[in-house]
Amino acid sequence: MKPVDFDYEQAKSVDEAITLLTQSADALILAGGQTLGPMLNLRLVQPELLVDITRIDELVRVEASTTHVTIGACVSHAAVEDRRIADLGHDFLARVAGGIGYRAVRNRGTLGGSVANADPAADWVSCFAALDAEILVSGQSGQRIVKIDDFLVGAMETTIGTGELINGIRMPRLGASVRCGYAKISRKPGEFADAIAAIVHDPDRGCCRVVVGATDGLPLLLDNDALGLGPAVALPAVLDPGPVRDHLAWHMPVPDLYRLNVQCAVLQRALADAHAFPS
Amino acid sequence: MSTHGVGASVLRKEDDRYLRGRGEFVGDIQLAGTRHVAFLRSPVAHGYLRNASIPNECRQQVFVADDLAAVAPIRAHSTLPGFKSSDQPVLASGKVRHVGELIAMCVADTRAEAEDIVDAIGVEIEELPVLSDMLAAREAGAPLVHEEWGDNVFLTTDFEQDLDPIIARAAASVTRTIRTARQSMSPLEGRGVLARWDSRLEQLVVYTSTQQPHIVRTGLSECLGIEHARIRVVAPDVGGGFGYKGILLPEEICLAWAAIKLGHPLKWLEDRRENLIASSNCREHHYTITVYGDANGKLLAIDAEATVDAGAYSSYPFSACLEAAQVVSILPGVYDLEGYRCRTYAVATNKPPILPYRGVARCGVCTALELMVDALARELAIEPTEVRFQSLIGPEQMPFNNITSKHFDSGDYPESLRQVIDTIDLDSIRSRQQRGEADGRRIGIGFAMYTEQGAHGTTVYANWGIPMVPGHEQCTARLTPDGGLELRIGAHSHGQGLETTLAQVAHEVLGIPLEQTRLIHGDTAITPYSTGTWGSRSMVMSGGAVACACDELARRVLRIGANLLQCPVEAVRLKDGAVQGAAGSIQLAEISRTWYLKPQELDTEADPAGLEVTAGYKPEQDSGTFSYATHAAVIAVDPLTGEIELLDYVIAEDGGVLVNPMIVDGQILGGLAQGIGTALFEEMVYSTDGQPQASTLSEYLLPGPTEVPDAQIIHLETPSPYTRFGVKGIGEGGCIAPPAAITNAINDALRAIGVELSVLPVTPRRIVEAVAAASDSSLGKVTT
Repeated sequence: MKPVDFDYEQAKSVDEAITLLTQSADALILAGGQTLGPMLNLRLVQPELLVDITRIDELVRVEASTTHVTIGACVSHAAVEDRRIADLGHDFLARVAGGIGYRAVRNRGTLGGSVANADPAADWVSCFAALDAEILVSGQSGQRIVKIDDFLVGAMETTIGTGELINGIRMPRLGASVRCGYAKISRKPGEFADAIAAIVHDPDRGCCRVVVGATDGLPLLLDNDALGLGPAVALPAVLDPGPVRDHLAWHMPVPDLYRLNVQCAVLQRALADAHAFPS
Repeated sequence: MSTHGVGASVLRKEDDRYLRGRGEFVGDIQLAGTRHVAFLRSPVAHGYLRNASIPNECRQQVFVADDLAAVAPIRAHSTLPGFKSSDQPVLASGKVRHVGELIAMCVADTRAEAEDIVDAIGVEIEELPVLSDMLAAREAGAPLVHEEWGDNVFLTTDFEQDLDPIIARAAASVTRTIRTARQSMSPLEGRGVLARWDSRLEQLVVYTSTQQPHIVRTGLSECLGIEHARIRVVAPDVGGGFGYKGILLPEEICLAWAAIKLGHPLKWLEDRRENLIASSNCREHHYTITVYGDANGKLLAIDAEATVDAGAYSSYPFSACLEAAQVVSILPGVYDLEGYRCRTYAVATNKPPILPYRGVARCGVCTALELMVDALARELAIEPTEVRFQSLIGPEQMPFNNITSKHFDSGDYPESLRQVIDTIDLDSIRSRQQRGEADGRRIGIGFAMYTEQGAHGTTVYANWGIPMVPGHEQCTARLTPDGGLELRIGAHSHGQGLETTLAQVAHEVLGIPLEQTRLIHGDTAITPYSTGTWGSRSMVMSGGAVACACDELARRVLRIGANLLQCPVEAVRLKDGAVQGAAGSIQLAEISRTWYLKPQELDTEADPAGLEVTAGYKPEQDSGTFSYATHAAVIAVDPLTGEIELLDYVIAEDGGVLVNPMIVDGQILGGLAQGIGTALFEEMVYSTDGQPQASTLSEYLLPGPTEVPDAQIIHLETPSPYTRFGVKGIGEGGCIAPPAAITNAINDALRAIGVELSVLPVTPRRIVEAVAAASDSSLGKVTT
């Protein structure tokens, strides 16, 4: 199938992109095109205008301060995988990036596009949730900063509004004793995951976030107290399977044995990953 | 063995252009003035077409059934008793019978604009109850796909025998229900058609991605009502066939009709969505099967009922009986049985017609029977390999007419099993199972065996009475004035490597270097008629034809050579590409040049027939070659997540004399990949209202490089007693056994916790649910 007829504009700046987006009722942002391309071809989206934001210098920037790293929305997965950006700690982002789709997808797909699409099975969605990342959103009235938990509303749903675009993702620098773990279970490498777990255990910053992703909706941030987790206690090598299973089952809107089993398994694998990767 | 002839693993001639992207496929061909076609397809599975509203501004660009009133429907009849024919309209008229059925053809300057027209057409369909399940469709009172039939059964076939005396002696029996999924064949290149009217020759030229250009030509001739001489079908480079390109497409007929009517070229390239939802369906068997064995594990008898979901129509030329009728004749597999009873149903449903896919019927049959062999072994608490050793047809029995009168030409089945057992080291796997795995996974080993009837001949197909029956396969061989050799065949090569292997055959006979031999195929204007490439026949049939044509060329070359050497023909021989006599030798190139360009140097009694020969070939016995193999898989399964890892895979196959063992290895490995797809991944799910649930490859999972293990292949060689060089067809074998071997391995791994799977593909979800059912676990309990 081929797309419907649409106009195409290449924005040179964030402001120009926002102006273009507000001029058309049916404008869509084109970044890496790894989701949008197939959706256009299948005519699942039929825009009047595509605003290409990949040539905007601001959106491929990387700003590293002592406390944060901010990555422009159009930085590719491959750039992260190839360690062309500053490490937050524990080589976490690069390790996650290397497992996204296939290399051809990683070459073009972008961090901002992935978050904007908000597919629950997308790696960055769970990863950013575990990192407690902030999404920088640009609009006509300037820039707003939204915590990832507030940015994501549901499966394929975010709080991004008309005439807005993701400018970048801001993530904290992690402490010296941080342990990060990531695991996913998918039918084969490169396919969307059936289950994801992402763990950031950072005692120096008083943070412990354990996330189960690839759900039907939002990434599930596990309740530290219920599972004996927390920044003040060492990250365990394994979790007691009983309480974890109960916890996950309780959060599952529709009982699904397979889903539950792979979520239980993937959590243990992410823990193992956190301990296996040298600090 | 010669270094370039039969038996040599030379690199493939065709790969240079393929690997450099210099192949030419239908989509690559550009003709001036070409317009593009998109089809409006039925959005519902079953209903009466009531009204199509076509906007006035594009009415001239849209064609519906009424416009094609003079075009005959596709009709693939079989003379098997009781077969009910279906008329497959080229564009739906009256009724739609599956999602994706063609309703209208839309023509525009680009494909995108043609799709805009498709979107602008409104179509009213009065929906009818949908038959999405073949077992429900068999029941009395079910809605009817073809009202005039009275039921939904294309064909029932039987093999009847009184099993009671055998059952009385049996020490054990097991009964199972086994189901294989409906699949979608996935060649890299989909179908594609480019049609034009050649006003100079008054000839329709159809470029199409097909395995059977001559059969497409015959089908077009019949449906369009124009003589063969006015149709030329060209199959250029074809990006994989596997059977999907062995059928006449309604789209081919539509474009051919429109090219004549409109006078300009028309192109349609199938996209992956069309491929998945509307066209390339295959497989889907259901078995209820009981096997009986004696106390030693010898298989005594099989009692089976098989149902095949044939979809809405009988496809041309193989018909809707292709799978079900073959199931009856090949279910007994490689075993020497006393008793056999089988009834099969080819059932019509509101799904796309099932089409032949590599390992037609064999894959389902092998899955059903080989799962039962292991189930019987578990029942008797003996090694599954022991049941096989007890039951296999022995080499001393060859050639062997089995219980359904299949004539197994040659082979040593037990030896292939022995070699696989040794190579995969069954004993060490059993020891490892005893020790257990540190990571909680379970290890299993599974075996599967099959025979692959290939190169079916006239007698086999005459019994089925479908629109084509293969006869003698022909080759035209021509020496060119510079000593090159052109081979023209009516079969088609689309991955098989025939451009190389047929040159090897010619080299074996004539000694001409491979680089001086060119294979010309895929064009009905310049090749001999052929039923094409299907049924693992090309090496046997086209290879035999090439050899016969080259034999005759050799005779003629010897006569000319003797003439030029001034000696009797008995005194010369053909060696190293030259005619050699006592007094000297003459290169073939010189003989060719003399014949074509310097005939004054030949005596007047020189043979006038020249250096172009068309010869036909048929094996001495045409009931088919029977290659065979044993496959074994070692797997690890995680009972918690259902994840499967293939740890080892061994194949011992016997394809008789192999013309190019490297190419055979490639065929086997490609087949293995497809077999892994059948076993673990591929499933075209339909909703109860007949909607396909996969329309992209993210929903229809195919195995890729990370899913295919590095298999070990062992070659046995029992030459066929009936074919030239002793070759046997091997093209399909690789994909037949993996589903059974892998499923048996999974069941072996899970045996201790009481789990047995019999529905393909064996997905993680199915494993998890089976484990839970066996441990009577429910949601909320820890299952492992």
